[in-house]
Amino acid sequence: MAQPSVLVLRAPGTNCDQETAYAFQLAGAKAEILHINRLLESPAQLERFQILCIPGGFSYGDDLGAGRILGNLIRHHLAEQIARFKTHDKLILGICNGFQVLLKTDVLLDWEPRSGPKATLTYNDSGRYEDRWVRLRVEGDKCVFLQGIETMYLPVAHAEGKFVARSPAVFEQLQAAGQLVLRYAPLDGSPGANPTAPLPFPDNPNGSMGNVAGVCDSTGRVLGLMPHPERHIDRTHHPQWTRIASSTTGDGRQLFLNAVKYFR
Amino acid sequence: MLWEVDIYPAPGQLDIAARQAAAAAAAMGLAENLSAASVRGFLIQGELDRSQVELLAAELLSDPVVERTVVAPVGDAVLQQLPAGMSWIVHVLPKPGVMDPVAQSALAAIADFRLKAEAVRTLKKYFVAGVDEDKLAALCWKVLANEAIEQVVIGPLRLERLELGAPYTFKLVTIPIRQMDDAQLEQLSRQGQLFLSLAEMQTIRQYFRGLGRDPTDVELESLAQTWSEHCSHKTLTGQIDYRDPEGRRQFGNMLRETIFAATHEVRRRLGADDWCVSVFEDNAGIVRFDEQFNVVFKVETHNHPSALEPYGGANTGIGGVIRDPMGTGLGAKPVCNTDVFCFAPPDTPLDSLPPGVLHPRRIMQGVVAGVRDYGNRMGIPTVNGAVYFDRRYLGNPLVYCGNVGLIPRDKSFKQPQPGDLIVAVGGRTGRDGIHGATFSSAELTSQSETISGGAVQIGNAITEKMLLDVLLAARDRGLYNAVTDCGAGGFSSAVGEMGEHIGAEVWLERAPVKYEGLSYTEIWISESQERMVLAVPPDKWEELHRLCRSEDVEATVIGQFVPTGRLVLKYDGHQVADLAMDFLHDGRPTVVREAVYHPAPIVPLHSADGTRADGAGPVDHRAVLLGILGSLNVCSKHWIIRQYDHEVQGGSVVKPLVGLCNDGPSDAAVLRPRLDSRRGLVVACGMNPCYGDLDTYWMAASAIDEAVRNCVAVGADPTRIALLDNFCWGATDRPETLGSLVRAALACHDMAVALGTPFISGKDSLNNEFRPAGAAQPISIPPSLLISALGQVDDVSRCVTMDFKEPGNLVYIVGLTRDELGGSHYALVMGLSGGQVPKVEPQAARRTFAAVHRAIAAGLVRACHDLSEGGLAVAAAEMSLAGRLGARLELEDVPHDVSISAGQSGRQTGSTVLGAELVTVLLFSESNTRLLCEVRPADAPAFEQLLEGVPTACIGQVTAEPLFEIYHRGNPLLQASVDQLKTAWQSPLDW
Repeated sequence: MAQPSVLVLRAPGTNCDQETAYAFQLAGAKAEILHINRLLESPAQLERFQILCIPGGFSYGDDLGAGRILGNLIRHHLAEQIARFKTHDKLILGICNGFQVLLKTDVLLDWEPRSGPKATLTYNDSGRYEDRWVRLRVEGDKCVFLQGIETMYLPVAHAEGKFVARSPAVFEQLQAAGQLVLRYAPLDGSPGANPTAPLPFPDNPNGSMGNVAGVCDSTGRVLGLMPHPERHIDRTHHPQWTRIASSTTGDGRQLFLNAVKYFR
Repeated sequence: MLWEVDIYPAPGQLDIAARQAAAAAAAMGLAENLSAASVRGFLIQGELDRSQVELLAAELLSDPVVERTVVAPVGDAVLQQLPAGMSWIVHVLPKPGVMDPVAQSALAAIADFRLKAEAVRTLKKYFVAGVDEDKLAALCWKVLANEAIEQVVIGPLRLERLELGAPYTFKLVTIPIRQMDDAQLEQLSRQGQLFLSLAEMQTIRQYFRGLGRDPTDVELESLAQTWSEHCSHKTLTGQIDYRDPEGRRQFGNMLRETIFAATHEVRRRLGADDWCVSVFEDNAGIVRFDEQFNVVFKVETHNHPSALEPYGGANTGIGGVIRDPMGTGLGAKPVCNTDVFCFAPPDTPLDSLPPGVLHPRRIMQGVVAGVRDYGNRMGIPTVNGAVYFDRRYLGNPLVYCGNVGLIPRDKSFKQPQPGDLIVAVGGRTGRDGIHGATFSSAELTSQSETISGGAVQIGNAITEKMLLDVLLAARDRGLYNAVTDCGAGGFSSAVGEMGEHIGAEVWLERAPVKYEGLSYTEIWISESQERMVLAVPPDKWEELHRLCRSEDVEATVIGQFVPTGRLVLKYDGHQVADLAMDFLHDGRPTVVREAVYHPAPIVPLHSADGTRADGAGPVDHRAVLLGILGSLNVCSKHWIIRQYDHEVQGGSVVKPLVGLCNDGPSDAAVLRPRLDSRRGLVVACGMNPCYGDLDTYWMAASAIDEAVRNCVAVGADPTRIALLDNFCWGATDRPETLGSLVRAALACHDMAVALGTPFISGKDSLNNEFRPAGAAQPISIPPSLLISALGQVDDVSRCVTMDFKEPGNLVYIVGLTRDELGGSHYALVMGLSGGQVPKVEPQAARRTFAAVHRAIAAGLVRACHDLSEGGLAVAAAEMSLAGRLGARLELEDVPHDVSISAGQSGRQTGSTVLGAELVTVLLFSESNTRLLCEVRPADAPAFEQLLEGVPTACIGQVTAEPLFEIYHRGNPLLQASVDQLKTAWQSPLDW
């Protein structure tokens, strides 16, 4: 396949759809922004696409917890279609609100029959929405989207981004399975003594367990992350670009290139 | 059945709401050690059994990983159990009819579970201990709830069912105005919250006497809305008889003859190169951006609602101003927000507050949260702003919100046609905000909280985002001829304005309402948010309706534009209004207002006991510098900035916080509104209420100079900067107050013409005064003119930021320093009065900005920062702390024209005419048109050449050692570590 097609799914309150579609286009994909109502009318449309991306924003206002309402719509109406999408060796990406949505479904982490979701994203320890840049470290090589990436410098912008696993045992299980693929790292660029020891604010901007910033599914083909890779795909996105001589193209770009490359 | 779902943080999870309540109670002195636990809850009414409600609790309403729930019928004992150690249970509920977006979302989402709920309301519940019983009520109203929108129940909640409204029975109401005498007219105006003057009431009486009938209530309301200060700006666009020492000037239309005239002159001079597109006509001003797009900009205020309910007031303030670009031309796409606030100091003692006034800390937190939640949800980056503090904003805070939009060039104009359908799109109509337009023209009193509670609204950003999504799609498909937003005055002003030159008939019963019981008048004047009105050709209606439905946006035909020249309102076939558009829009009586300006004599800087500042002994310059850095106006606003998403839409270039650690104060924001282009927009502002106490002319000139130099500092082309004016003033029926405003407008004219920076839009808010209970005199805000600037850059990669970049680089000061410490932050920190307010020499400013721009465009400037509050010392210190680099500066060569009145032997500095020592002036004077530039040594000759003819001097170097030092003729004046600068600047508002 030459050029993968990306479905950038938008719902009422989604607001990062256009720049996310643009990031995929820059990486060489064909991106189409589609309203959730169109997909609910004919779920089979999903088959036209190789990549499903749920971008950032406040779907349905996040009025009942971030991602809850869109997550429920997916659970109630699109579960089968998305399960098929996953088994067909396709990719799913949830950024920020998209990550929150995925965790409110069992698309990213399996739900256990009686105990429900394994993990959630809840209110930042600071108690407020914050937009700030974070340094990220990729752990392992399980995730398709993060192949060849060691570190990234990206912005987070959220109120509910604190990753909490249901129990320490669940956390250990996810860690052992190599699914906790993206971690907040010290802003000064140091490796940090023990990578999973909790980092202080603002290195870890929200108090996430194990400094987790992103999680993949058991196949590595579904990724959810709080930071915004689509906001660092241009040299002038970097908050210190006026200080830096080198002409980087933005740390977030590789993530989109990896997704496209997967289909080449 | 009425169910209650209580949601608690699970064991081991943080209780953030309780933590915030305890912190607020401690900060306000209500309870040193409040213990609190919070619950968020839902009341759900409907035919549901326990297992169904438990399902909703687990899968919709709570997050089972971090929360636990309790489900029971309202009133059940299990809901009232006090946790161990707690003394009280407090319930906080929105008042019936107050917008409750979370409940709305829940109601819709419950349907997706195939369950039927009739109504949902949210609830907050607190368990508290550690507060005295006599302070419990204060805790409830000052911390936990707001009387304007919420009700509080202490103890068990007993509620049978949720109020859903009662059906409305039509009854035509007429007002016997023809029989009223003048006293009765005035009473009617006041009690009916029309807030019209006697002359205006008399004109209305005369009109209806001529018609031989009395007006209906809705006719009177329409006139009051249309003639309100808020909608018609009758003071500033009216006749003014102005006197000052230079003579007398009669204005027929003051704004037209000052600010609009300046734009006209600038455009005339530009000739074929005129880049203004639409000015002072539409909901926002429009200028050219590139070959395909224009850019629009509007700034509004929402002061009085924010005083009563800060969250809702600011929320709907930003929501409202976003609809201005959306309602400009055929609709612009919003690309960034701005916000500027004026508050009383947040450390004001609680017991010093007059009754009816919310604590400034609470106002500030509420306002910031309101802007944050609306702007972030809309997906519009909030990129620029400022905050000013003064005690006089205590009962009357100012909340300015702005929005910039991008619009295709061929969609920049609208024209409703006779026969077009009047279509309401977006949110439903409720009782929210009734009398907002007329209310904003009234003075606030301690009673305002209760009598005008209806003027307060809560927004629902997602409704507006959905509306925006379909509006832009409908625009691109050409489905309507005109659009405008429902702001102040609701349908009344939206339909009235759009149909002014045609005529309109409206069928009010068709408007979708939030609940039953609204009268025809309430529907007509409601200021419910998130509504817009379209003029839709009948053959396009089907397609428009289908498009809206496909994204769950409500669109309803509520009338038609008909070529009658009349405004006719009907309800269920009954005619309830029939007014001539002419009378509605042009019938207002003309009033000549008096304005007078008496200049205050200029006296030397002096302390309260009259001692000249330069006679008071040596000044500790280091302490002054740290004092100014830590003053509320200057200190870091990161607590606010970071709560805003300033990067959504992916076009961020220069962020509000810049530098090595992303924490230095940027002069302006730069963004790329088109991701496929390198062309950028520059957004900045200028304001200085401190100067207005001395002279509003130079205050206005300084604000313009500041806004423009902020744009220039990041790289904007000074020949392509558009300006907006927002006047917030006290009661202009006092000739002196109006005179101070006219004087500011004259400065706006002179500066705009001289700099070639046209004003493209503006707004005024008058009567910003607060009368505490029992006080004879109201407290008036200081004259508060906000200048917003919208600049452009050809290529964003040429932009610069203000942080020092590399050790060894040279530091240049550009511009002339004068003895201008009047109204300065030096005076503020030292407790001094008097002095000369900073002036502007407009021609020099124009040359200076052009030269600095040439140097930046040539890539010769590594960092550039404007000199404003605190002057040279503060600007240089900010560059240092942002770059985490030191600097060694020598003031001897700073270009100045300070006349020394008395040199003293043995000292390097002499006193100036206006009461300061020379070095104090060089360090802290706030003379306008000055910038600092960091230049590589290799680029110095080229830089100096480009700056030729402009006062410029190299005053030192950036150093690797993080030490900030200033000398004068080799004598050290001050020294501080970069860490000390940073701490002083960051700590005051590090909440």
